[in-house]
Amino acid sequence: MIEVSGLRMSYDGFEAVQGVDLRVSRGEIFTFLGPNGAGKTTTVEILEGHRKRTAGDVRVLGEDPERADRWWRSRVGVVLQSSRVEPQLTVRECLELYAGYYSAPRSVQEVIELVGLKKRSEVRCGHLSGGQQRRVDVALALIGDPELVFLDEPTTGFDPAARRSAWEMIDGLRQLGKTVFLTTHYMDEAEALADRIVVIKAGVIVAEGTPTTLGGRDRAAYQITFSLPEGVEIDELPVASARELDQSGKVLIESGQVMPTLRSLSDWAIGHQYNISDLLVRRPALEDVYLALTEAPK
Amino acid sequence: MSTSEVARHQPPPSARMSDVRLVAHQLRYDLLLVLRDPQSRFFTFALPVIFLILLTSLFGNGTHFVNGHAIKNSTYYVPGICTLGVVATSFVNLVITITVQRESGILKRRRSTPVPAWVLIASRVLTSAILAIVLVAVIVVLGRIIYGVHLPGSTLPAFVLGVVVGAAAFCCLAFAAASFIRNEDSAQPIIQAIILPLYFISGVFVPKDQLSTTLQDIGNVFPVAHLNSALFKAFDPATTGSGLAGTDLLILAAWGMGGLIIALWRFSWSPQSS
Repeated sequence: MIEVSGLRMSYDGFEAVQGVDLRVSRGEIFTFLGPNGAGKTTTVEILEGHRKRTAGDVRVLGEDPERADRWWRSRVGVVLQSSRVEPQLTVRECLELYAGYYSAPRSVQEVIELVGLKKRSEVRCGHLSGGQQRRVDVALALIGDPELVFLDEPTTGFDPAARRSAWEMIDGLRQLGKTVFLTTHYMDEAEALADRIVVIKAGVIVAEGTPTTLGGRDRAAYQITFSLPEGVEIDELPVASARELDQSGKVLIESGQVMPTLRSLSDWAIGHQYNISDLLVRRPALEDVYLALTEAPK
Repeated sequence: MSTSEVARHQPPPSARMSDVRLVAHQLRYDLLLVLRDPQSRFFTFALPVIFLILLTSLFGNGTHFVNGHAIKNSTYYVPGICTLGVVATSFVNLVITITVQRESGILKRRRSTPVPAWVLIASRVLTSAILAIVLVAVIVVLGRIIYGVHLPGSTLPAFVLGVVVGAAAFCCLAFAAASFIRNEDSAQPIIQAIILPLYFISGVFVPKDQLSTTLQDIGNVFPVAHLNSALFKAFDPATTGSGLAGTDLLILAAWGMGGLIIALWRFSWSPQSS
């Protein structure tokens, strides 16, 4: 669906995108993750045909977006990062307006139901909440029944409940067989939705993988954390690699061999009749991986 | 891939709505958007009518001299308010609409769809032209009914031509002006700051013979004065013949062309403030 190689974009000497390669295949939710100002929106705007690139080869649906024609535009749905909808039109009118732009649009009623605005369809868009307006945005991107949908930071500024239901809606696009190109700076959003994640930092791709493999997460050591029992010193523990996390007595053990470590730990605790109440075993969170990848060099 | 998706690799030419119908489709919604906007309703439609009633009621029965002959003030103010109406609909309202729609991402989103740019522009220009013609008609009819100001049949075609040329020129200037305004909040104040003084020195609010020659000369540089004098000529009892104000219309058209060139060079569909 999308093939990008050696994409570069510079504005007045500032290189926003410095040689990006991407490949998105049909039917996947591809997530472009990175901090603000990393070059996500610039890249997406080039892929959408809204911006001319400095260098590189770009193919979206087999065509160069810079020379996109009407037919190409009818196959691509776009949700822009910050856009409002026509405030004086009702949800239905707005969708009818945009449906008229396409030769074979989806049914307006169907799309209204798809984005969960059935009860609000006769309300003027200006009276909708931020989350509902974003749904109209998504509805407008879907009305032409596109093969590929770009979603640029679709949940920025949402409260948790609105984000949750936006995710359900985006996840629903997968069932419709759409290919989704999602940009976000939220790790949890990428984790919840992505089939594949590419992390961009300062215009350069720094990692690529699935939510479970990104940044070697699947190979990383387990993290075992718990609180030391009252009156116990850290060097009394049976595991040498333990270190204190903070002043409150929280301890972290990083271990590649999680079962033996846990066993010696529990043998020790049971033997001394210590109660370890807040034991936690986990892989590094996607957030930890992401922060390590995008941290400014010291 | 389903069979329907394979079939979609070729555009279906027969199913495509013809572009002219697409303009009509867009026009319907553009008109709806203006008519539902409370700001447009007041500043674009109510205000010119209020000015007509205020100015004509306050000063209508007096007379003053234009080009050496006496004329009733009400006869002077009706074409003046028509000028105001054309400028309010084709310029002020259009600049604000373009800026707000551009800054809120509406224009960019529309350009992400298959709708051709010219369809969007044509529809919005037609919207302004229709509003201008309707508003001017209302002003002329009110002037006739309430104040007995008569538009002779012999000058009617020249008057209509003046309204159309004026609306077209100011639409072009609106696209040019919008390209200089960076954010939607400043659109209204900037445009009013430009246009209000022009109304005063172009003979719209204050008859030209009450202005110093310097102010008249400055006013005559700008298009408002030429639209005003073209429309006035159709109402002027001293006019003989068709009332066609060729020079004024040419100057208006030249301003329009200038605006068009700047608009083609600078116009953007994407938000400018971020």
